[in-house]
Amino acid sequence: MGPDEYLFLLAGLKWTVALSAIGFFFGGIAGLLVALARTSELRVVERITAGYIGVFQGTPLLMQLFVVYYGLALIGLKLDAWVAVSIGLTLHASAYLGEIWRGAIEAVPKGQTEAAKALSLNYTSRMRDVVLPQAFRISLPATIGFLVQLIKGTSLAAIVGFTELTRAGNMISNQIFQPLLVFGIVGALYFIMCCPLTLYGAHLERKFAKSAR
Amino acid sequence: MTQASMTTSAAQAMIAMERVEKWYGAFQALHDINLSVRAGEKIVLCGPSGSGKSTLIRCINHLEAYQKGEIRVGGTVLGHESKTIDAVRREVGMVFQQFNLFPHLTILENCTLAPIRSLGLSKAEAQGRARKLLERVKIAEQAEKYPAQLSGGQQQRVAIARALCMQPKVMLFDEPTSALDPEMVKEVLDTMITLAEEGMTMICVTHEMGFARQVADRVIFMASGAIVEEAPPAEFFTNPRHERTRKFLGEILGRH
Ligand SMILES: Nc1ncnc2c1ncn2[C@@H]1O[C@H](COP(=O)(O)OP(=O)(O)OP(=O)(O)O)[C@@H](O)[C@H]1O
Ligand SMILES: [Mg+2]
Repeated sequence: MGPDEYLFLLAGLKWTVALSAIGFFFGGIAGLLVALARTSELRVVERITAGYIGVFQGTPLLMQLFVVYYGLALIGLKLDAWVAVSIGLTLHASAYLGEIWRGAIEAVPKGQTEAAKALSLNYTSRMRDVVLPQAFRISLPATIGFLVQLIKGTSLAAIVGFTELTRAGNMISNQIFQPLLVFGIVGALYFIMCCPLTLYGAHLERKFAKSAR
Repeated sequence: MTQASMTTSAAQAMIAMERVEKWYGAFQALHDINLSVRAGEKIVLCGPSGSGKSTLIRCINHLEAYQKGEIRVGGTVLGHESKTIDAVRREVGMVFQQFNLFPHLTILENCTLAPIRSLGLSKAEAQGRARKLLERVKIAEQAEKYPAQLSGGQQQRVAIARALCMQPKVMLFDEPTSALDPEMVKEVLDTMITLAEEGMTMICVTHEMGFARQVADRVIFMASGAIVEEAPPAEFFTNPRHERTRKFLGEILGRH
């Protein structure tokens, strides 16, 4: 493997990071809305978001990316590969994060909301100032766990022809016929991204377990 | 509240509950509750577990919705739309058995959050007000700590100060000392007694009968979701009229 090959892999890595960041950022925003809708105590809204979550958790990410890229193209909406993948990852992440954060919101003791209501705080303030900061802490280990899944999940973007880290590795390995070496390096790069997050998640979990007395 | 609305005697009640009924699904938790509390009056509410004491006071600030009758606080009729609910909640403070302090905020932030968000005070104003009230409940040195660093009794006094920071006209207490270790009960009761002496209108759900004797204008006994008996403490304790009241008093005073 020469410097060109390494640079090619790094370009792929750059896209893996970018796709993960996009999916996590937009998926996070949409996921927050999903979580709020899911806990809104409005029957219809809760049902709809429950269905949304069910669909995206119940089907493979690969298929979701497929549908967004080829499916939308079939009905005449031709998207750039990276736009399609970003949309697919965002939808996927919003469903998972929405469900994680719904659980966390519901895990905040009811007395917290009651105390906030008794102090005449409105819904926005109850959520922003009282419930969400506590829910965020509760959800951190699971949220980080999902981020790790998402980083690895971006490798599926390869099927729509997107050259992220895994596909870059595949292409190089086809050129230089050293699959073991190339995929060893690719695997190491994923590991370097994900392992610190996993360790950090485990650390937070231990910390919260301790402070929960 | 207009001056005109203050002229009738009914409007002078700080809290008025008329023919209030409440259901949890098919279960009726409150039956025909009629209760009028004058400004400055102190009510102690007692009764066996499940008799509806919490439900009654939680209807007053609409933590529970009621289905029939009418509740007025100050001059405001408590409807089911958020405008009147918010208006009533700004006038009514509540203290819970489990304190319910916000664990991620400091003591001072616990006390300033609602005045800033709900009354629109500046941060400096809210902090000034909070520090004065923390002083009054004798906990000013703890202002920068987090709730978990305080004892139960201290937390409950913070909860009282937090409610007072809204400058409410009425304070509701739902068994404020039941979750406390015995040695901390007195410090919380003393705080409540001071508040009573300063003229606060109070409804206290409590089984602290010494407190009832000392500060209550009226003691109300509930059973099975209805008000069974109400009387000034002297009469209530020495000469209860109803069999259920006598039985309850026998149990509760016998325990001590
Ligand atoms: N959210 C609820 N859903 C259904 N039933 C409820 C609910 N809350 C209370 N109840 C019922 O209503 C009745 C009155 O409850 P409430 O909590 O007001 O009693 P309480 O007098 O405060 O009792 P305690 O002394 O145990 O606190 C009880 O039978 C209780 O089971
Ligand atoms: Mg109760």
